Amino acid sequence: MFVQTFPITRGDFDTAGEASSKIKNMLKKLGISPRIVREVAITAYEMELNLVIHSLGGELKLEVRPKSIELTAKDNGPGIEDIKLALKEGYSTASESVRNMGFGAGMGLPNVVRHCHNFHIESELNKGTLIIAGYSLDEKED
Amino acid sequence: MLYKHSVRIDRRKCMGCTNCIKSCPTEAIRVQRGKAKILDERCIDCGECLRACPHHAMIAVTTPVNGLNLFKYNIVIPCASLYSQFEDLEDCGNLFEALYEFGFDAIYEEARGAEIEAEALRTYFRSGEANFPVISCNCPVIPRLVTTLFPNLIDNLSPFVSATEIAARVAKEEFCALMNVEKESVGCYYIAPCAARMTNIKSPLGIDKSEVDGVFAMRDIYAKLMELMGKSKSSGSRRSVPFPAGAYGLGTAVIGGLSAAVGTKHYLAVDGIYNVMQCLEEIDNERLKNLKLVEASACFGGCVGGPLLFENQFVAKNRNRRLANSQPRTDLERDEHVLKYVHSPLIRYNKPFEPRSIMKLSDDVGEAMRMMERMERISKDLPGLDCGSCGSPSCRTLAEDIVRGQAVEMDCIFKLRDKLRILAQEMADLASAEKRG
Repeated sequence: MFVQTFPITRGDFDTAGEASSKIKNMLKKLGISPRIVREVAITAYEMELNLVIHSLGGELKLEVRPKSIELTAKDNGPGIEDIKLALKEGYSTASESVRNMGFGAGMGLPNVVRHCHNFHIESELNKGTLIIAGYSLDEKED
Repeated sequence: MLYKHSVRIDRRKCMGCTNCIKSCPTEAIRVQRGKAKILDERCIDCGECLRACPHHAMIAVTTPVNGLNLFKYNIVIPCASLYSQFEDLEDCGNLFEALYEFGFDAIYEEARGAEIEAEALRTYFRSGEANFPVISCNCPVIPRLVTTLFPNLIDNLSPFVSATEIAARVAKEEFCALMNVEKESVGCYYIAPCAARMTNIKSPLGIDKSEVDGVFAMRDIYAKLMELMGKSKSSGSRRSVPFPAGAYGLGTAVIGGLSAAVGTKHYLAVDGIYNVMQCLEEIDNERLKNLKLVEASACFGGCVGGPLLFENQFVAKNRNRRLANSQPRTDLERDEHVLKYVHSPLIRYNKPFEPRSIMKLSDDVGEAMRMMERMERISKDLPGLDCGSCGSPSCRTLAEDIVRGQAVEMDCIFKLRDKLRILAQEMADLASAEKRG
């Protein structure tokens, strides 16, 4: 198994996108099929931005096994009040200043769901959120 | 001479400095035993190394300009950027006359090819078959870049061959019909701002064979053309070309020109190889929506920024604008000559683009994972200065070269120094141990 963990700092827009870009590069080097690479890269980016925008800080973890890939976003809070609502397209709790930067359109989590094979989310208020996006490499597509 | 790419290294001039390895967008150059070496499978012919080398050791390989004796008939395809290289070019006639005097039997402008391409793209956009955003292949580097680093975007590559290739194909077809001669007796020579087109002759992409038979470097032919233009100016003779390009076609020498000719609002015109890569990455990550056309040029400014041109790109841009504005803005939608080719297979690629995966460490994912882990470990242990002294462009690339078996850790001079220090200490210890004994 190949594991890489990237710590993500809250509100750090200067480095936002770097972790997902590194993840994309690693997957290319691992010889993962380009279509999966794209899906994982999109998910990783959304997860990374979510951590930067909404969390108090956390980490993005990439795990690659010969037959599967897993992306895990784990943060230290504040937790999601209503998960169902958070998964709805267009719903966002992003601040005005974040929206002014072009983020917070309420597409982050829906995009994660759309671009992965298995999705898992759990969240506890004032404790933190855990999101796992899984990919199967078994598909015969190349 | 055997070569795969359009850049060759003059080993006598190469000092083994690190300028080229640092400039290469695909990390295709290494310095080994004091000399630069190009990794063929990674090179995309962008020409960045030509610009980066202060010792002029990187040589653009083009066709030598020494007479036109390979074919019975010779057609010239002047690049749309050629006109901008001459200071007092008020009309194209003087230049055309010089090209005829040079010995060419016919002139077909690349700019005219671009007009056909623009109209073909516009029609294609409306056809419902287009895979948006469509990436134009006018710059020969772009299809190589996409097949190498952005395999997901291969389906977005334009179905139409480059304006240069269109011009050459139309030229041969029309010239042969007009003169009633065999295609084999006709050669097409492109007067080029870069050497990238040369690679397409040797190893074409998406087509069986390029109809461009030779590529003359603009700067190799410049002096001769200047001389001939002087003569034709005094003689006043003015032969023209069958279908002269208008403002749209001439404008394609500058980035944004093709987009203007196509006339779509939803375009992205991007120049400079690193900017192009950044934009393609954004498209690959689905972050750019509603985009119809991507007009990308490896060179800054478009073809007017080509490494083999004489004039600096800003002066060239100014002249290009002046000349283009003085020409008629042909209504391409009603131009019968253009419409004749819009639906023709003549201007289309006929072979699929194959992805060239240069990134992956191994064909086996498990093995690649082990290599990747080792690479991460080695990388953490390297100084991270990216000094290039080892011959690889960065510490990470050295780590990759090591796990690929193409370099060793001691190639790093800092690693070597540490090792020497340890060795020296051991020797000193040994020497003093002997004294005691």
